[in-house]
Amino acid sequence: MSPEEASQAAPAAAGPSPSDAPAAHAAPSVSQAPVPSQSPVLSPLPDVQTSPGRWASEIAFPPRERYHDLVAAYKASGFEQLSDVTAVDYLTHPGRELPPGVEPERFEVVANLLSLSQTRRVRVRVQVPADDPVVDTLYDLYPGAEAMEREVFDFFGIRFTGHPDLTRILMPEDWEGHPLRKDYGVGRVPVQFKEAPGPR
Amino acid sequence: MTDGTDGDMADDTIRDTVGDAAIDGDAATTADAATDDGFGRSGVRRAQRAAVAETSEGAQELSTRRETSPDELRREVGAVLRIPEGGVVDTADIDLERPTDETMIINMGPQHPSTHGVLRLMLELDGETVLRTKPVIGYLHTGMEKTGEELTYVQGATNVTRMDYISPLTNELVFSLATEALLDVELPPRAVWIRMLMSELQRVSSHLMWMATNGMDLGSTSMMIYGFREREMILAFFEKTTGLRMNHNYIRPGGVAADLPDGWEDDIEVICDTVLRRTYEYDELLTGQPIFRERMEGVGSITAEEAIALSLTGPILRSTGVPWDLRRSMPYLTYAKLDFDVIVGTYGDNFDRYAIRLNEIRESIGLVREIVERMPPGDYRVQDRKVTPPPRARIDESMEALIHHFKIFTEGFRVPEGEVYAAIESPRGEIGCYMVSDGTAKPYRMHIRGPSFVNLQAVPTMLRGGLIADAIATLSSVDPIMGEVDR
Repeated sequence: MSPEEASQAAPAAAGPSPSDAPAAHAAPSVSQAPVPSQSPVLSPLPDVQTSPGRWASEIAFPPRERYHDLVAAYKASGFEQLSDVTAVDYLTHPGRELPPGVEPERFEVVANLLSLSQTRRVRVRVQVPADDPVVDTLYDLYPGAEAMEREVFDFFGIRFTGHPDLTRILMPEDWEGHPLRKDYGVGRVPVQFKEAPGPR
Repeated sequence: MTDGTDGDMADDTIRDTVGDAAIDGDAATTADAATDDGFGRSGVRRAQRAAVAETSEGAQELSTRRETSPDELRREVGAVLRIPEGGVVDTADIDLERPTDETMIINMGPQHPSTHGVLRLMLELDGETVLRTKPVIGYLHTGMEKTGEELTYVQGATNVTRMDYISPLTNELVFSLATEALLDVELPPRAVWIRMLMSELQRVSSHLMWMATNGMDLGSTSMMIYGFREREMILAFFEKTTGLRMNHNYIRPGGVAADLPDGWEDDIEVICDTVLRRTYEYDELLTGQPIFRERMEGVGSITAEEAIALSLTGPILRSTGVPWDLRRSMPYLTYAKLDFDVIVGTYGDNFDRYAIRLNEIRESIGLVREIVERMPPGDYRVQDRKVTPPPRARIDESMEALIHHFKIFTEGFRVPEGEVYAAIESPRGEIGCYMVSDGTAKPYRMHIRGPSFVNLQAVPTMLRGGLIADAIATLSSVDPIMGEVDR
């Protein structure tokens, strides 16, 4: 908060700087992100890694079999709402850097939890292997996970055990493949040149 | 009954009565002000003056509030439990396991004119009562998250702005904030304040659009025309500032695309004055109107527990009495320095959602005025040549400026590795951007948590046990924007 207060008090020098040297700010710059919570990093389960992340949230890396337990423990400790569930396909980054003890896998399911009472966020990132893309559903804890997990299933083919209606949600029902996987092409319409042989 | 007042004070009395309605409406929907005798007594005191009001349809006799029974008064200000016509059905009595030949399934949409775009609702009906609902979405899916992985961070704002096409600047803002969090760039104060100014104007324009479509859904064509008329003023200002009425690509990583145009304070002053004055006309047209209230009060209600469990945010969550607004609860930009109220409701029904949006227009106008007053001078974007292009004039003078300009628009800038989930308050709720960077100039993964997408899950709960005729009103009060639902 201190740089913001300073910028509020001091009237900024008017006009853009004529020089194009980088970082020659006319006025002290302002942080736009929320202020992170001052209290120490939470760990409802002692054996799960937690680290501070950007934009005032903490990140936990549970093993896949402890994912549901961890989220349940977070819910019990005051995280009332599930903001978002999504996934990332790290196909081209097999050996990416993760905290010690976390084995990188191809997929990662990311659940963002929100505590309204403590105004803090925590992000649960769970590694999901490519040959068995299955994780537990959060539907029994947060009914709001229904559409979000369907979206992840639709786009990544990750299955959520215990989900009541795991069907495609945005793509057509008879669609083949899972579009947000990195080995799924973006698709393009072939350019039709005047001289090129036509479709017939 | 009549106190012998004549036409001289007509204007005053009309304004007073309207003011009463507005204040009472506030009191009814603001949890902390809902003390019983507090508004009751003040309402009586103020109303005693109004006896004959000169209206456009001649003199109208008004009975004093003294003659109204307390029960009636409470009902008028919405302080009694609202039970809609369909609410006589106890949802616990609904037997979902009944044989299917006793119920009927009808499809509403995807081309129904009142479903706010291509949304299809599968409704299971028992007579006129809605039992189960299933929203079927995806008709507008265009793969924007996949496209976002193919575009550089410079181009990305153009992509996301097309998601929630009613409030495009909010999408650009959340995308830019996520990118800047990864870049670890801080902005000059003017850029941040311009962003706040634009997002508050955007909130006004989005809520006006909602008022318009909601009026249309309930059969009030005049409200539709009025809402669009006011929104057009704001869009004209956006066009002047950004060059486009919608899909602006104005808020970009590193700041905003251009400074505010000359004379922007005057334009905004006109917008604020006009829109604020007209919100009181909407009060006259809708808020106090018995038919409108009949259709809104108690319809489509949802409890705070259900709303939190279903991950609902925005006006729907606030209508249940939960004072959760990211601008206040987890302040981003510099909202912590601004003074505004978070509007909450009590009953979580359609009327509370209407009242919240109407009052949020007023709050946002107050915010816009405050921002105009305190707008700091300075630069409108960060002077970092690796993130923002140099000023046009520099390109003619400096080789480096030309190179930077060329590099930024051909290959973009590289963003350090990392991931972030940035969330802000859009007019519809929490819009979040989960962004993963692998160190290149394109996001490795760009996911938008659309508030409409999540809020749509509330529709089955809200419709259950209600009448089919209320389905449109309820769906409208959820305010789904299909471009954002389907992305």
